[in-house]
Amino acid sequence: MSVDTSEVRRIAHLSRLAMNDDQARDFAGGLSDIFAFVEQLDGAAIEGVEPMAHPLDAEQRLRPDAVTEPDRRETYQAIAPAVEGGLYLVPRVIE
Amino acid sequence: MAQETLSGWVRKLQAREISSRELTQLYLDRIERLDPQLNSFITVTADQALAQADAADARLAKGEESPLLGVPVAQKDIFCTEGVRTSCGSRMLDPFVSPYSATVVERMNAAGAVMLGKTNMDEFAMGSSNETSFYGPVRNPWDTERVPGGSSGGSAAAVGARLVPGATGTDTGGSIRQPAAFCGITGLKPTYGRVSRYGMIAFASSLDQGGPMAATAEDCGRMLNAMAGFDERDSTSVERPAEDFTAALDQDLKGLRIGLPTEFFGEAGLDERVRGVIDAAIEVLKGRGAEVREVGLPNSHLSVPAYYVVAPAECSSNLARFDGVRYGYRCENPEDLMDLYTRSRGEGFGDEVKRRIMVGTYVLSAGYYDAYYLKAQKVRRIIADDFRRAFEDVDVLLAPTTPELPFALGAKADPVSMYLSDIYTIAANLAGLPAMSLPAGEIDGLPVGLQLIGNYFDEARLLGVAHQYQQETDWHARVPAAFA
Repeated sequence: MSVDTSEVRRIAHLSRLAMNDDQARDFAGGLSDIFAFVEQLDGAAIEGVEPMAHPLDAEQRLRPDAVTEPDRRETYQAIAPAVEGGLYLVPRVIE
Repeated sequence: MAQETLSGWVRKLQAREISSRELTQLYLDRIERLDPQLNSFITVTADQALAQADAADARLAKGEESPLLGVPVAQKDIFCTEGVRTSCGSRMLDPFVSPYSATVVERMNAAGAVMLGKTNMDEFAMGSSNETSFYGPVRNPWDTERVPGGSSGGSAAAVGARLVPGATGTDTGGSIRQPAAFCGITGLKPTYGRVSRYGMIAFASSLDQGGPMAATAEDCGRMLNAMAGFDERDSTSVERPAEDFTAALDQDLKGLRIGLPTEFFGEAGLDERVRGVIDAAIEVLKGRGAEVREVGLPNSHLSVPAYYVVAPAECSSNLARFDGVRYGYRCENPEDLMDLYTRSRGEGFGDEVKRRIMVGTYVLSAGYYDAYYLKAQKVRRIIADDFRRAFEDVDVLLAPTTPELPFALGAKADPVSMYLSDIYTIAANLAGLPAMSLPAGEIDGLPVGLQLIGNYFDEARLLGVAHQYQQETDWHARVPAAFA
């Protein structure tokens, strides 16, 4: 499978990656090669095989529904790019 | 001093032949003097290291014994370290000073290890050459025009040049074993779930596994004793009782059944000289009583393609958290929220990381899930089943770690050729099996790695086989001339 510049830009948008046409052109070749490479999977004998999500087929462990983590809001917000009054700041989303 | 191993230093510390502060200062001086040639460290934490050394000396003075008490180590910069920058080799996390420590770091600290700093790595552990780091490439101590391998290339180069006696790595598709092979050291990827992933920045969660990198198998066993163990904070941590990974070091190899996967020897890409080194290593093991037979892993040729669906899919999901809002890099003057997300990510991530995020986003997008991700997960099972059958007849598998010698910086410009340098390591990740690389020879002054793959939870046996090999050979003891 081969991807062109507009397809790369579409995937970049879904991936939330800013990308101009020049950059998209640069990625198109490598991405096309990778998609062509993984097409080798088409020949695999996987009729009736269960997909494997975990190497040991372990199941999700459950724990009692109890509070275990302390409140560290100030510590975590100290490393944020922009906070005010205990809130994370982002550009206005509602006019 | 460059010749002494991590285990040797622990014994000298216990015998009070050297203090932790003296030893720490020795290695800090080596890093300052020699690392400019390698770029193996992103951050050196000299003051904290000396404080930890003093604390270790106080414990040693009280006669305390602990597996790593007073010995210097380095942490791959993928492990969160409270109060210390944890960059993951990325501009995205260049400003990130972690508010907590990874379980691996906490455990090693508790065992008395002294952290000298954080080692360089491919950005978000995505790479096989250490050329994708935001902090510049790491150079191979055996030839500084060549790559050290990746993604744990900083740890491998630092240990190879004896700038530190032991370091941590992580292995998603070969990122401990391939750089260990390229830098002439020993490195172990444990069974999936052995070592906690808590605080280890996630790349592909069903494959990522942390492990030790050091000069010898004994060192790796000692480090793993401190690193491994159940952790309720990692939902995929396996609940098993503590184990001594050095327990089988002295076990002889009489009757050990070693399997040689024919697929790992017949590939066209295998350098004949590498093959010669592996053949010689097999003779050494036979000489110590091991029995060797061929086995088949008929689906192993599908490992790399399956990996490049599964790993990018998981990566695209894991790296969605880096959005410029709560921590890490944020672009200047965002116009709106979408601009904040896309430019922070577009400017914060390097090309290889973007490439994998896009592959992952694509294979998980509506209409493509079955054709890619589900199919790759099925292929993953048939690859794991191949191993299951092989281990019915043999105790360990033996193969080259890499098909070729360490390559020159810039030599692999196209992504797929870079991906194929992990052709012999990826299958063990897909199956979740423990596997290690140890030095087995030299060609034109460059080290060659031998890979051992074990059955689930059989790390102690792998380390035992490697240790027996290291009793008979001295490849693990060789240090590049410029760093001796």
